[in-house]
Amino acid sequence: MTIPRPIGELELHAYVDGELDADDRAEVEAWLADRPQDAARVEAYRDQKRQLHALYDGVREEDVPARTTALFSRRKTPARSISWMRIAASILLLALGGLAGWGSHGIWQAQQDERFAFVERALGAHIVYVREARHAVEVGADEEDHLVAWLSKRLGHPLKAPKLGDAGFELVGGRLLADGAAPAAQFMYENAAGQRVTVYLRTGRDGTHTAFRFLARNGVSAFYWADGPFAYALIGRMPRDDLIGLARLIYRDVEG
Amino acid sequence: MDERDAISAEIPSLRRYARALLSDPVAAEDLVQDCLERALSRLHLFRPDTSMRTWLFTIMHNIHANAARRRSKRPDTAPLDGATENRAGVRHGQEDAVALRDLSRALRELPSEQRAVVLLVGLEDMSYRQVAEVLDVPIGTVMSRLSRGRERLRRSMEGDDTPVLRRIK
Repeated sequence: MTIPRPIGELELHAYVDGELDADDRAEVEAWLADRPQDAARVEAYRDQKRQLHALYDGVREEDVPARTTALFSRRKTPARSISWMRIAASILLLALGGLAGWGSHGIWQAQQDERFAFVERALGAHIVYVREARHAVEVGADEEDHLVAWLSKRLGHPLKAPKLGDAGFELVGGRLLADGAAPAAQFMYENAAGQRVTVYLRTGRDGTHTAFRFLARNGVSAFYWADGPFAYALIGRMPRDDLIGLARLIYRDVEG
Repeated sequence: MDERDAISAEIPSLRRYARALLSDPVAAEDLVQDCLERALSRLHLFRPDTSMRTWLFTIMHNIHANAARRRSKRPDTAPLDGATENRAGVRHGQEDAVALRDLSRALRELPSEQRAVVLLVGLEDMSYRQVAEVLDVPIGTVMSRLSRGRERLRRSMEGDDTPVLRRIK
């Protein structure tokens, strides 16, 4: 019996990925035969590949955004690198900023306001978690006191889960999120029809108050504003006019 | 199948890769959109005897690398926590949900160079040669990034050496 030649790290990965020819494959297998630890490592690497597919293959079946399919309509080939969605969102923001804004900020300043960069992340968190059936929240509404105390502690200011019962939305629960390097809180609500909205809070500049601002993206709407120690975003897949009623409830509840 | 159809056929893969690479779904959709717009506007540069898939992933990688360079001046760009756990429960089937969550967290903590290689090989099932072409690095570099990235994932999934959000429930 011959002693198997030593196998290097890189070759081990090439084996996992089917990059070796039959002879080299046989040599790796001979080497692994009496090295259970390395064999377990090879198994772990194979598991990683399987798990990556389990995590992300679902994305392939999600609806492609309309702006993406629009690129392939036969009529024109867009040549600009700025997407029309972004332009549309800016125009919408401008228009609504003009309607809703009563703050001292000019419209252009409001649009570029760094304080509201978190809205993108709030939208992302909404999209991801409202789909969840079993893991929608980290702590459920049955432990609301504990949830609120925990999130208050992590965000460094006393906060509360706004009450949206008047609009038919009950608290499902909440979770802690990372907003860049800062902690953020997400509360989730659901109505009798199973429709869900989320409220995202992070600490802002203390004492700041701003008007409601609005953003819509792929059918998901967001109102966002700053009020005292927190910046808020309310997000839901519903028309602007329905969502603003909820935004007012939150504003009143927090103020009250 | 013409070239536009060939591009169209790769959209699901581009979206899957972008989502895994960036965690933040909104940023991932933007990356896919930018990549497709650029590809369509430069279709005349595509050589028909080469792989459309490799060409598209190369474009996406270049856009991403440029954006990452620009962002490196601003610290506040860490991906949204938990965002990679998207669609949990849809495809999990026999997979252990906890292991998947650990993997998505560990993946986010990898240096982006290693993450790209781990995903192109492990998720997009590209050959080492294709990955070298997409990233414009030698094959040896692909292999060493892959080996380091995977070992790091394995260690952080086995040990407690990664910071994990405390779950209170």
